[in-house]
Amino acid sequence: MPWNRRHLLTLEDLSLAEITQVHTTAAAFKRTLTRSVKKVPALRGKTIVNLFLEPSTRTRMAFTMAAKRLSADVISLDSSSSSTTKGETLRDTAQNIQALQADMIVLRHSAAGSPLYLSRILNIPVINAGDGAHEHPTQGLLDTFTMQEHLGRLQGRKVVILGDILFSRVARSNIHALTKLGAAVTLVGPATLVPHWFTELGVKVSHDLRSALADAEVVMLLRIQHERQASGHFPSLGEYTSMFGLNKTRASWLNPKAIIMHPGPINRGVEIDSELADGERSVILEQVTNGIAVRMAVLYLCAGGQPELVYAGPDPS
Amino acid sequence: MPTLWIRHARVIDPAARRNAVGDLFIRDGQFVKSLPAAAKAAARQIDARGLVACPGLVDLHVHFREPGQTHKETIATGSRAAAAGGFTTVVCMPNTSPVADNAGTIQYIQDATRRDAVVKVLPTGCLTVGQKGATLAPYGSLKRAGVVALTDDGDCVQSNELMRRACEYAKMFDLPIMDHCQDASLTQGAVMNEGAQSTRLGLRGWPHAAEDIIVARNVILAEYTGARLHLQHISSQYAVGIIRRAKARGVRITAEATPHHLAFTDDALGTYDTSFKMNPPLRTAADRQALIAGLRDGTLDCLATDHAPHTDYEKDKEFDYAPNGILGLETALAVALDVLVRQSRFPLTQLVDLMTRQPARILGLPAGTLAAGAAADVCLFDPAEKWRYDAKAGFSKSSNSPWHGQTLTGRVQLTLVDGRVVYDRGQIVPRD
Repeated sequence: MPWNRRHLLTLEDLSLAEITQVHTTAAAFKRTLTRSVKKVPALRGKTIVNLFLEPSTRTRMAFTMAAKRLSADVISLDSSSSSTTKGETLRDTAQNIQALQADMIVLRHSAAGSPLYLSRILNIPVINAGDGAHEHPTQGLLDTFTMQEHLGRLQGRKVVILGDILFSRVARSNIHALTKLGAAVTLVGPATLVPHWFTELGVKVSHDLRSALADAEVVMLLRIQHERQASGHFPSLGEYTSMFGLNKTRASWLNPKAIIMHPGPINRGVEIDSELADGERSVILEQVTNGIAVRMAVLYLCAGGQPELVYAGPDPS
Repeated sequence: MPTLWIRHARVIDPAARRNAVGDLFIRDGQFVKSLPAAAKAAARQIDARGLVACPGLVDLHVHFREPGQTHKETIATGSRAAAAGGFTTVVCMPNTSPVADNAGTIQYIQDATRRDAVVKVLPTGCLTVGQKGATLAPYGSLKRAGVVALTDDGDCVQSNELMRRACEYAKMFDLPIMDHCQDASLTQGAVMNEGAQSTRLGLRGWPHAAEDIIVARNVILAEYTGARLHLQHISSQYAVGIIRRAKARGVRITAEATPHHLAFTDDALGTYDTSFKMNPPLRTAADRQALIAGLRDGTLDCLATDHAPHTDYEKDKEFDYAPNGILGLETALAVALDVLVRQSRFPLTQLVDLMTRQPARILGLPAGTLAAGAAADVCLFDPAEKWRYDAKAGFSKSSNSPWHGQTLTGRVQLTLVDGRVVYDRGQIVPRD
């Protein structure tokens, strides 16, 4: 099946077949990551602009790394260096980037829906690198890719997402990907951060950690932001940790083969104990590595590359 | 001023329970029962066969942006949009720049109205100085300057104590208070209705409880103080229930609903289209149905547009950053005909009532009637004409309408103010 999508805006829009295509393409690119010469010439001569209007370390570095591995030229702009600080609108900034002959924009923005907005203005592909509390599609793709590496097919697998779901774009993208892949998803956390509305997305909502973790094969932790305490979403970090922090005892409720995931950045001792974050069940750093392969796949496909060329292609080195 | 004879119209005058094909006679700017034979022979005849003739529409809720935001709208352009929509009396919100919290600004609006307006434009004054919710505005001098009501529309007074004093003080002048019901602490950063859709879109949700709480407060204060309180743009099912129970107890309170809350739900926000961003936000199908039921049984008293112009470049932004509000005047009648008459089977007379006599009654305005001796404000419309609404070619200075480009059914043909035709089939008629 050919890849027909120029933009990657949400996982809600993606079909199961498209998610699988990204995963398969990512698996092929992942094999190139361990070579001595890690570059492939797939996007040689293309320029990708990372427009990051909200802080990011991991995602931005992974997108930059992915673009470089594809031999694209990369320019990164953040909110402090862009003209948005002078009051330029997103539309104008993006149109200028397009006029500078960029071939693709990777956008991180605090406003939900802004990648869709840009995709309707620009002629070049727009890749969503996280929009507000809406979606973070490449994160959802790399998380499910990582789960599949450990568990195989996700059909019927019990996945728990634990933490600040309300404000999490990572949670939403994972929910869409996981439900399409057939996983049984339970969201857990304080009622203020896991509102019942999420059940309409086809997942369970629970506020009881023990029953939710029982026999789960994946637990994905989300960062607890300190500012949520000030806004009254929970009484204190201490109370959060005592109720929902993942520690050794609680991890023992999981399926013995369960993996522990976190999109980062981690608050050690708040949502997860250090020994678990660094322990053998943790795949947190594998997620980071897979983030490069998945983003290579997304950049490649949205730039017009076709999946079968990567699977079957000769070793470029 | 010519004597007018409007012939063969379907005349709807809810105040007189009139709903029959017939004629209307206008002399010296007023309706008259009949004309002497000589005057009749000399009168300008308007053949209104197939058209409805009703009192000029009344809108208690428009933003004409003058003074200070005239890049969005002016009294000249806003009043032309009103005329094109069949409205002959509109009530302007005071959130101009500066806000209308003093007699001088009201005087400015009155002067601009006399100079530029083609329909009757009535000002309101602020409830509090600067619309800041801290100090009462000078209601006495505002009333002398001509305000017809008091409101901090857009900035609901949060202090119950201050609202109580506002009610008591306004009552002394028999000035109605129009309140935008919103508990600000529940809507920090919120940009749309809170629910399944906001959860899906990752947009900050605005619970209907924020409206309900202030509606309940206002019911309590209206009963406690005896003030005349009008609740603006009700959007929540729960709030409709509060108002229904209050009215059953005899509380003197009135409420309005907008055409957009009747026509749309938050499903419309799926693509982050800022043409659907407004305050209060579009809510759910159950809320929409409750508003229609509330209008049907009189819990909600009238329609009001909340005509809120913003320029293209202001609306063309990330959803979080775009301002609230949409145009309403040029589409209100067609949308109300569609939602209330065609979909919800309201009698046409009831719709006319909701857009004429009822809003006039709420503020005690001399409008909304075809009675002999009344000012001859008339809306003549074809309830069946299909037309394509092009907001960019409309009379408003802005074009922020969710109905832009849509085919609507029901179109105003002529609008008369004080017996003068001000709008005639797509054109504003210049003064002689």
